Formats: sequence, C-alpha cells, structure tokens
Amino acid sequence: METAEMKLDGNAIGGLLREIFRMEMTTAQATCGGCQAVNPIGRVDVYMKAPGTVVRCPDCEHILMRIVHGSGRYWLDLTGMRSLEFVEA
Amino acid sequence: MGFVSRGFRGKRRDNVSSSRLPPGQYVVNDFPVLSAGPTPRVSLDQWSFSIEGEIDEPKRWTWTEFLALPSETVTKDIHCVTKWSKFETTWKGVSMDTLLDGVDTAAEYITAFSYGGYTTNLPLEDVMDRKAWVAYEFDGQPLHPEHGGPARLLVPHLYFWKSAKWVRGIRLEKEQQPGFWESNGYHIYGDPWREQRYWGD
Repeated sequence: METAEMKLDGNAIGGLLREIFRMEMTTAQATCGGCQAVNPIGRVDVYMKAPGTVVRCPDCEHILMRIVHGSGRYWLDLTGMRSLEFVEA
Repeated sequence: MGFVSRGFRGKRRDNVSSSRLPPGQYVVNDFPVLSAGPTPRVSLDQWSFSIEGEIDEPKRWTWTEFLALPSETVTKDIHCVTKWSKFETTWKGVSMDTLLDGVDTAAEYITAFSYGGYTTNLPLEDVMDRKAWVAYEFDGQPLHPEHGGPARLLVPHLYFWKSAKWVRGIRLEKEQQPGFWESNGYHIYGDPWREQRYWGD
C-alpha cells in the first residue's frame, strides 16, 4: 500500500527535467539498461520522497536515473539508461 | 576577595552549537517515510544478516539466530538530510559491537547492503563502541516494512540515509566504496553537526 503511495509516474519529473535539459522531456524515449524496454519518460516510475529523485523502469524496476539537486547544483547518474532519445527543440 | 570577575565564568563554546538540533534542521513529531524504490517484502524465514568481505570466516545469522543474540534498547535523536529531525526515538536491536565481536579484520570501512539493492558506506570505527545497531523494533513494535523492517541499520550520529533500511549485511572493506547516495552528490561521511549534506560540504 505504501509503495503505491510513494510511486509516481514520469510526469512528476517533467518540471525537474525541464530545469536540467531546458526542454520538454516527458515524451523522450528511455531505453532501460537492464531489460532493454523502451518507455517514454512520462510513463516511467518515479520516487521523489527521498534524498534525491530515483527513476525506475516500469517493466523491471531497474534504476534509469538518479537526480540529486541541492546547494545550487545538480548531480545526474544516467548509467542505468542505455539510451535517451528526444526530438530537437 | 573582591577581585571576582564575571567574565571568566563558563567556557567558550567555540561556535559549537549547544542546541539539540543540528544546523539547518527542523523538528517533526511524526515519522516521515522516505523511499528510493518499491518496499522490499522479506519473509522472516528467508531473511538473514551477513558479515562478509575482509573476514576469514564470513558470518551469517538467520532471523531466529539473530533474535537470540543479546539485544539492547536505545533512545536516540535522528536527523534526516531532507532536514527533519525526530527526538527520542526508541529502538531495540543488536549492537554492531555484538555482531563484530571476535572479528579480526584489516578493514577500515564498511558497506551496508540491503534487500532491494540499497547500499551505504561508513568508516568501521563509526559503527563500533555502541554507535550503531541493527534494529528490529521501533517503539516496542516490530519494525514496519515502510521504516525498513524486518531490520534496519541504526547509526543515529550520522544523517539517517546511513541507517540503511531492509539491511541484509555488511561488507568489510579496506577502501571506502561510495554507496547509493554517496556516489551521486551526497557527502561521503554525512555528519549532521557539520552539515555535511553534499559533495564539497
């Protein structure tokens, strides 16, 4: 039950990703580095009630991205994503 | 007599806060739940706690064996890096001193690892001398899965991300290996009294 409460979809990080990439990213296509599934960012699993934001594959729960924002800086770990495809602005 | 100077009463505090609340924190009365992923559901007959790495004979306890170890009940203030602090939380568990009793190791660091894949790194000395426990009760009740049950690490003198939920064991290491948050922006040590939140703090 608490899991369902904590889990959001990728639209929850639309604003955060716009701060970082300076464009709309919820339609970008993420390829999971674990199971190779391709999902739009709007459909991934997001956990934000944590020291950072953790983005997981909706098919296998593999971590796609970890985003930490604090003290005027961002830290991005994208190692769990094999590819992130998006249309030029 | 007669040369009493009030100016020499008391000691200088040298900027060390006398407050019970570390800098930048606020007090909560509830117990916020933080999570970086789905809550692992570990059945007690599958659960175990291990000590591995720089140790000749790795150690492992089943749930029944773990409950048979000498336990302690401690009351501690806890401080989350997301800025809430909670005073006087009461836990029952096994001290790391008990778990490491008789272990001969060249390690200076540990990595705690959890069901669900979480990790966090700590200096070995920070889990010795009654500074760390593996806790399985909170407030007299079995530790709820959302707070890290069946058992979690409790290291109250550091930010609470170091107190790994759903802990499954520790690895003894000669070199420090940054854990889940420490490898992506969060401070390698995490002392709330020095406000060591992020890299470079």
